Amino acid sequence: MSTGNGVLVRVEDVHRTFWRGAEQIDVLSNLHLEVPRGEFLALMGPSGSGKTTLLNLIGGLDRPTSGSVEVAGERIDRMSNRRLAAWRARHVGFIFQFYNLLPVLTAERNVELPLLLTHLSKSERRRHVETALHVVGLTDRSGHFPRTLSGGEQQRTGIARAIVTDPTLLLCDEPTGDLDRKSGDEILGLLQALNREHGKTIIMVTHDPHASARATRTVYLDKGRLSAEKPE
Amino acid sequence: MRFLGLIWSNLKRRKLRTSLTLLSIFVAFLLFGLLCAIKEAFTAGITLAGVDRLIVRHKVSLIMDLPVTYGPRMERIPGVVSAVPFVWFNGIYQNEPKNFFATMAVPPAPFLDLYRECVLPEDQKQAWLNTRTGAIIGRTLAERFKWKIGDRIPLTSPIWPNKEGGAWEFDVVGIFDGANKGTDTSGMYFRYDYLDEGRAYGEGLVGWYGARVSDPEQAAAVAKAIDAEFANSPYETKAEPEGAFVQGFIQQIGNIKTILLAILSAVFFTILLVAGNTMAQAVRERTEELGVLKALGFRDGLLLALVLVESGVMAAVGGLAGLGVAWLITARGSPVPAMLPVFYLPTRSLLIGLGLVFALGFAAGVLPALQAMRLPVALALRRHV
Ligand SMILES: Nc1ncnc2c1ncn2[C@@H]1O[C@H](COP(=O)(O)OP(=O)(O)O)[C@@H](O)[C@H]1O
Ligand SMILES: [Mg+2]
Repeated sequence: MSTGNGVLVRVEDVHRTFWRGAEQIDVLSNLHLEVPRGEFLALMGPSGSGKTTLLNLIGGLDRPTSGSVEVAGERIDRMSNRRLAAWRARHVGFIFQFYNLLPVLTAERNVELPLLLTHLSKSERRRHVETALHVVGLTDRSGHFPRTLSGGEQQRTGIARAIVTDPTLLLCDEPTGDLDRKSGDEILGLLQALNREHGKTIIMVTHDPHASARATRTVYLDKGRLSAEKPE
Repeated sequence: MRFLGLIWSNLKRRKLRTSLTLLSIFVAFLLFGLLCAIKEAFTAGITLAGVDRLIVRHKVSLIMDLPVTYGPRMERIPGVVSAVPFVWFNGIYQNEPKNFFATMAVPPAPFLDLYRECVLPEDQKQAWLNTRTGAIIGRTLAERFKWKIGDRIPLTSPIWPNKEGGAWEFDVVGIFDGANKGTDTSGMYFRYDYLDEGRAYGEGLVGWYGARVSDPEQAAAVAKAIDAEFANSPYETKAEPEGAFVQGFIQQIGNIKTILLAILSAVFFTILLVAGNTMAQAVRERTEELGVLKALGFRDGLLLALVLVESGVMAAVGGLAGLGVAWLITARGSPVPAMLPVFYLPTRSLLIGLGLVFALGFAAGVLPALQAMRLPVALALRRHV
């Protein structure tokens, strides 16, 4: 799945409209984006510009009002909910700003969650979890509950959860937005390593120019449109 | 099942809340069990009343007497198989009114033939026929006072004083069991001839008759014929099917029953609603977590199942424990045998209880889970911001 250098994500002529009561909000209009395999793309833009909305469309969490979203050759905007869920489990790893770990589960159990949807045996699952925790450098904290972990450690757990199924695509929504500079830098370094050493394609939404500097390319979203240049 | 760990962790999430919810579900179903037993106690007599039996009493009131000579006259009426006289003795044990139990004088053989649900071993029956002072007592009564065969029981009666003054003496010659769970075994029967010869006055008077009819379908017609037979005599009668008689008797305490049942039902449903709401709230709080799981690729159906198993486990643990304890309590017999001689939890009520347990688990889980399912993932994930 991750071989070849073709286009992995192709967003074409996408519109996304929300309704707030009678008021129509065109968050994204006529939007085009291509992300080649192996890219580490930073998506920037002012708050409310639709970055999360775009990320959700690419990750199959939301559907465009019109237009097409194609990932690895598949039109995910046309899939049934059921197929889309299975597709997400196989192809996408999400990393959230607020980590979104389940508080009732230890770090390793959180990381194991996506594997529960696979056919792996218990011992195979444990091996995968150990590998993922090793990659993010959290092996010694695996038995801790999220509330006893620092923000940086929680986000590393979140990353381990996102990579444990070896997905095609990593989608990060402001992954350092809730972290101090030092922890944030560690997380960015980790993402960079995942991109460089493990060949992961990453799309990362961020506010932070410091973060986007780590990416291989940066695009800006403003007033529903994308551009390669920072607006004004 | 690989998801059990996840379900278990969720149940342990808020230990205090989980325990309190479990406790209230437990109390609710304990209450439900006792409620059913009490309801059964009030209605057992009616449903178990023999369909082929009539009760014949004085037209004016049950406490007015009838002559013993009516028995043979009734038996001559077509459709009447037998007519057995009963005398309410109102025996008092150790001059202590709270020791109350039903005591009635009857002719032994006809009585046993009429009330076949009172099961007495053959040798004890013979002993009763051979002992003028003999009495048979029900199993519940025997256990209540730890009486055995051979015991001599002195009783006084405010209605029928002894010619010699002082207490009447009875020899326990038999202990009868009920043919089915609902049979009243809290009373004592002794011989009519012993009463009649010993009482200071009232010779030849009986309280009422139990009559067996040959064809239950004709019971109403036979009852009419009996009343017609004794119309315009000094002792006019009122004959009615036993069920109607018991019902009329129950109606006197019926209001207590209605109030009791109403209060207990209200409490039961209130607890159930509160517990159900707490369980539903616990799911609603997790909308965002359900959104995360959806993002990870958990299908709606799987999430729904996980939530339902969780609320089902809560309902089942609390509910089954409650029903179980109610069953244990009722299996030990009536706490107030004098008031509610028949006291047990019918299987039918247990099944209804199980149905309610299931319904609670389902309703408390399915509504909030469906609500969470309908919410798009993107919105569920937005909820904390
Ligand atoms: N489900 C929704 N319903 C209505 N409005 C929405 C919804 N999701 C997003 N929006 C609106 O769309 C705009 C873009 O939101 P978002 O994609 O979260 O922006 P960003 O992530 O760039 O801050 C905002 O104005 C937001 O209020
Ligand atoms: Mg956003």
